[in-house]
Amino acid sequence: MLFVIVPAYNEEKNIGRVLSGLFSQGLENIIVVDDGSNDNTAEVAKSAGAVVLKHEVNRGQGASLQTGNEYALAGGASYVVHFDADGQFNPADIVEALAVMKDKNIDILLGSRFLDNRSQIPWTKKHIVLPIARLINRFLTGLKLTDVHNGFRILSRPALQKINISQDRMAHNSEIIRQIKEKNLSYLEYPVEVTYNEYGQGVGGGLKIILEILQGRLTK
Amino acid sequence: MMVIQILLTVFFLFALVKVIARFRVGDLAKGGLVLWSLFWVAAAVVVLLPNSTAYFAKLVGIGRGADLVVYVSLAAIFFIIFKLMMKVESLNKDITKLTRKMALGEKKDNI
Repeated sequence: MLFVIVPAYNEEKNIGRVLSGLFSQGLENIIVVDDGSNDNTAEVAKSAGAVVLKHEVNRGQGASLQTGNEYALAGGASYVVHFDADGQFNPADIVEALAVMKDKNIDILLGSRFLDNRSQIPWTKKHIVLPIARLINRFLTGLKLTDVHNGFRILSRPALQKINISQDRMAHNSEIIRQIKEKNLSYLEYPVEVTYNEYGQGVGGGLKIILEILQGRLTK
Repeated sequence: MMVIQILLTVFFLFALVKVIARFRVGDLAKGGLVLWSLFWVAAAVVVLLPNSTAYFAKLVGIGRGADLVVYVSLAAIFFIIFKLMMKVESLNKDITKLTRKMALGEKKDNI
């Protein structure tokens, strides 16, 4: 059984479109984790037909994904997709990616916007921000990837059982990559399309992530 | 008497009053009351009788008592900041745990 987890914080404007895109792919078990939104994200998601898990207070994307993971595990998921709520991803990528993953018997699939040329990445992001992020991640996680901050991923049940996201905010991405290496999970990067509605996290966001990673290393 | 001595002493008295007030409303245990009261009284003593620390300063090889007070205070403050950061981090983790439990608990019947 496939679960799609969509962490959402104040996404009432985008979530409806994202969910109908997912349903139109014939996907079921779509779980929206409403991360303490101040707007109508939960209501919009519910009326679109998703299961809504509600964080009473905002805990961050990492925390939301872990909540979704635990729900999916308890619900008997064999695969879990992580999918952003802001409409950046193309829902058509899920079915294809899943087929490849099953075919090759891979534990975890990571989306990459660099493996084909569908994604129109802003120049500064493509040539400055993301290459630096890549280097830092390689240094901190020891895994060589083309796209280190892509929220699109598919976890098999074994990966779901082994990976535990303790980084509540944005550093969960690097944390997952580190755990792939530590727990010897087989992984595959797969081309996905990323559409830029907004710039996303700038350099300041990147620095914050590094701080979160380092802080996470110091505390248990 | 220097102005700074008066100002600091008044401030320490104010802190002492706050400590007692906290104890009265039950935010502070008896042990905390004694410890913090002693701390502020000692601080006032050091300010009013600066030479009282000279003995300890000489003992550890520092010239002036005031320097010793500054060094020790800084070390203590940084340690307290460290402890607070750890505490905040563990509170954060606890809040996440609770939030998750509530989110999943509400849905348990539906699985």
